[in-house]
Amino acid sequence: MDLIISLIPLLPLAGFILIGVLNKKLPKGLVGIISNTAVLGSFIISFYLFLSFLKGADSYSTELFPWINAGGLHLGLSFMVDHLTAVMLLVITGVGFLIHVYSIGYMQHDEDYPRFMSYLNLFVFFMLLLVMGSNYVVMYAGWEGVGLCSYLLIGFWFKNTDYNNAGRKAFVMNRIGDFGFLLGMFLIYQTFSSLDYKEVFEAAKNYPKGDPTITAITLLLFVGAVGKSAQIPLYTWLPDAMAGPTPVSALIHAATMVTAGVYMVIRSNVLYMLSPFSSEVVAIIGMLTALMAATIGLKQNDIKKVLAYSTVSQLGFMFVALGAGAYTAGLFHVVTHAFFKALLFLCAGSVIHAMGGEQDIRRMGGLKKYLPVTHITFLMGVLAISGIPLFSGFFSKDEILVASWSYSPLMFVVMAFTSLLTAVYMFRLYWLTFHGDFRGTHHQQEHLHESPSVMTIPLMVLAVLSVIGGFMGMPHWMSEKLGVHHLFSEFVTPVIYAPKEFILSHTFDFSLLIGTIVVLAAVYYFTRKMYVTEKVVPEEDSETKSFQKVLANKYYVDEIYDTVIRKPLDAISEMFYKIFDINIIDGIVNGIPKATNITASVARMLQTGRLGIYLVVMVIGVICLFAFKLLL
Amino acid sequence: MNNTLLIVLLWPLVSMVLSLLPAKEAAGKTAFALSLAGLLLSVYLFLGFVPANGMQQVMSYAWIPALGISFKIGMDGISLLLIMLTNVLTPMIILSSFGRKIENPKAFYALILLMQFAMLGVFVALDGFLFYIFWELALIPIYFICLLWGGKDRVRITLKFFIYTLTGSLLMLVSLIYLYLQTPDTHTFDIDAFYQLKLSGSQQAFVLWTMFFAFAVKIPIFPLHSWQPDTYVDAPTPGTMLLSGIMLKMGIYGLLRWLLPTVPAAVHEYGFLIMAFCVAGVVYASCIAIVQKDFKRLVAYASIAHVGLISAGVFTLNSEATEGAVFQMLSHGVNAVGLFFIADILMTRLKTRNLAELGGIVNNQKLFAIAFMIIMLGTVALPLTNGFVGEFLLLTGIYAYHKWMAFFAGLSVILGVVYMFRSYQAIMLGSRHLSDSDFSPLTISEKTVLVSVAALVVLMGIFPSVLLDTASPSVKALLSLINAQ
Repeated sequence: MDLIISLIPLLPLAGFILIGVLNKKLPKGLVGIISNTAVLGSFIISFYLFLSFLKGADSYSTELFPWINAGGLHLGLSFMVDHLTAVMLLVITGVGFLIHVYSIGYMQHDEDYPRFMSYLNLFVFFMLLLVMGSNYVVMYAGWEGVGLCSYLLIGFWFKNTDYNNAGRKAFVMNRIGDFGFLLGMFLIYQTFSSLDYKEVFEAAKNYPKGDPTITAITLLLFVGAVGKSAQIPLYTWLPDAMAGPTPVSALIHAATMVTAGVYMVIRSNVLYMLSPFSSEVVAIIGMLTALMAATIGLKQNDIKKVLAYSTVSQLGFMFVALGAGAYTAGLFHVVTHAFFKALLFLCAGSVIHAMGGEQDIRRMGGLKKYLPVTHITFLMGVLAISGIPLFSGFFSKDEILVASWSYSPLMFVVMAFTSLLTAVYMFRLYWLTFHGDFRGTHHQQEHLHESPSVMTIPLMVLAVLSVIGGFMGMPHWMSEKLGVHHLFSEFVTPVIYAPKEFILSHTFDFSLLIGTIVVLAAVYYFTRKMYVTEKVVPEEDSETKSFQKVLANKYYVDEIYDTVIRKPLDAISEMFYKIFDINIIDGIVNGIPKATNITASVARMLQTGRLGIYLVVMVIGVICLFAFKLLL
Repeated sequence: MNNTLLIVLLWPLVSMVLSLLPAKEAAGKTAFALSLAGLLLSVYLFLGFVPANGMQQVMSYAWIPALGISFKIGMDGISLLLIMLTNVLTPMIILSSFGRKIENPKAFYALILLMQFAMLGVFVALDGFLFYIFWELALIPIYFICLLWGGKDRVRITLKFFIYTLTGSLLMLVSLIYLYLQTPDTHTFDIDAFYQLKLSGSQQAFVLWTMFFAFAVKIPIFPLHSWQPDTYVDAPTPGTMLLSGIMLKMGIYGLLRWLLPTVPAAVHEYGFLIMAFCVAGVVYASCIAIVQKDFKRLVAYASIAHVGLISAGVFTLNSEATEGAVFQMLSHGVNAVGLFFIADILMTRLKTRNLAELGGIVNNQKLFAIAFMIIMLGTVALPLTNGFVGEFLLLTGIYAYHKWMAFFAGLSVILGVVYMFRSYQAIMLGSRHLSDSDFSPLTISEKTVLVSVAALVVLMGIFPSVLLDTASPSVKALLSLINAQ
């Protein structure tokens, strides 16, 4: 069993090394086969483990070898698979595999196709390390590793300086978060003398609720989550990260890596549960991010940017759930979101592919008839993310709304409103892209084509999952009627310390359901009226005015960072260098020999060898001596 | 009696003589082969080492008995790891100079080997006077290497470097003699006698500051660093590698071996102040690195930041940070050699190291790009590289000592990425295309050095336990010696 578990991350690593070393010596077909097989292999093992959990297995752990031993610190390169990890494994390897398949079609003609596939494999390796580690440092290794892959893949087309800048920005912003993660680990080690989950969580259970140390630990860890999962204030890298090839956006910047922060909080739920304050912070940050990103999403005209802000917003939903203590709901949304957001991105990739690289929805329209499969699957994704009843997003979002209601009605109102915005910007995106008249160039129109089946089959699989994936977590009233359990939360519950039940009156549930249907119907009607019937097309950037302009410019957060952080840092550094280092510090050092020189040249005059001067000095000296004696 | 250590120590001296024999053209190859043999000898030494046995292969011969001076050497885990560092890096440094125009190569390589001998001596000496002799001996070859083969402004810069470090050394001599005079009647320079001294608080403070000055200049610790950037930039690349890769570790080693156990009370008293300087240097130098335009100068400032962190860790007196410091000395040595070699490759090919004038090298230099990337990741301490192990342990230990200290020192985690990734992008990425005539393919010796460094970065990051376990008992012994008093 130990070997099998270790194989899950090692297979993609082997794929990376093999493709990375042989690179262009491998035929393209083989590159696809190796990279896909590696991830498929991991998926099969993960599925096998998952089945064993269904049969009642508790958890598996294994150590590859001791990694860092120093002082009281004993860290193994060790893995642990429990129910939480099992869910993450299925998402990473399952959705990851589909995206690998898709990439064969999407990236085949790129001259650096092998490099791309090897990076994808490397990413999967680090992501698996992240969720499989049995201590915080192994998680951190995966955590930083996925950040590296994100950097490498955002800047995959390294000839473009903007892309390189975007990759670098992502890495630096992630590092700011990682710094918080690091400090959190130091404090954990100082407090519990260990970084192993088991030992830390066991020891933490003896702490009282609201203990300040635990609060500090959880807040520091959350800084890491904020960076990785693109929450306020460290979210601006994610929209820029869309510079990477679209499969990367789907895999890394939607389905897996960005949910690492959510995973980390759920993994540390024992700690978070002990700190109501930290949980509150998590919930509030999540809420604000969800709302803010959704409003920005309303005004974006780049198909990938809309989806990117949508991702930021949906991650906010997840953190709201975690903050409210609904850990299983948060994880559930990770899963359904992975399905529909990966789907939406891959569809966007298919559209961009057909449009010859065009990403501006103002230049699209009417693609429905040219890209039938993409259109239908995209629509499924839109329905799922908007939370249309019985689609997957409905179930997970419903749980989050229920949890937020029990947490605070105000939170519920904001989240419900954000759900409404989600539907608005998604339908806007859908109508503008697939309906109405084609607004691109004639040249583009001639080349419109549906993508090959290697790309559309993953779309269909993901569409099916987006549609039915929610049924594993039915709300209480529904499961009661059908006589089944909430499969998902039951599966994950063993990992949660003191799980809370969020059961509201059926009246509330039903009114929520009815409200959802009414609101979504209205959104459907009005957006359709606006974008299809009246053929409204978003205005060009130069025409945007007032608050809309603020939205279109993403509240000018990037500009603010530039003014508040980057420029002062550069100025301080410049000052340190030019003023302190060159003039003051080195100036003093150089001053010492100079002072010596001056002293020496003065002192030298005493020894000129001229008798006259000696005589004068002598006379003065004698006079001084006499004067001295007389005065005393 | 086992003489392996003595052989390892003397081998560079023998090599130096032997390397002078063949013709001028073969000087480099001879020196390389001989230093490789030295590496094999030290591997043998490493294999025979038993970590738990403390100070090993100790040998002592009376040298100037009238003054209580003896030729006493020995090694524990810390010494051994630094011996390994010296003997691994020296052949790489020699190899890195292949294909470069070097006037009077015989003298050049002989000086490198002499330097190796002196540095090894510093790491094994157990007699204060012997330590001082080796310490000063190491200065002579590097002085000539910088003076004779350095850049344009070499005379002024080298003189400054020489006077600066010599001032430090003289202060160290004063404190060594002071300690000598405190030893019981017959007086001795033996390190064990120093350890057993019962000095008063003010005596300890005197020894601390005089000796610390010498080590702090060598390392260098902020604000005693201003000789470093100019010297590193102006020295020929092998000289820079010797200075940053190995020689500065003499200072950190000196702190661990000679300063801390001799004056523990003063260290407890002033440690915080010294650490504050070290940490200030970390932030300060990292910031300065951000605005550097010359890649070599950037690496020089980055080096100040890195060694500042190591020095801060040394003064925490806890085992995590101390082991981290030992490990990071090795990582920093390897990575510094890699980075300075990259700067050298740029300079020989494109005649510039100015970030604004570079770019697009990745387009036809894949291996170079990959090696540079891996070395950079080691420098910014990405997990599973060598830099992470040391930095993580150091910061863990510093955090236990004082959390705000760790916070400020930890800022380098972010700043390091800012300046390294910025320079990587400026040098390697972009659309500019260089043909083979602009940037000739790497030679075999260049590839060997880069691949070895990159391999060490990864291997040390994945299997650090081999090295950590070697140092662990020695660190424990050292710390118990310090904390007992």
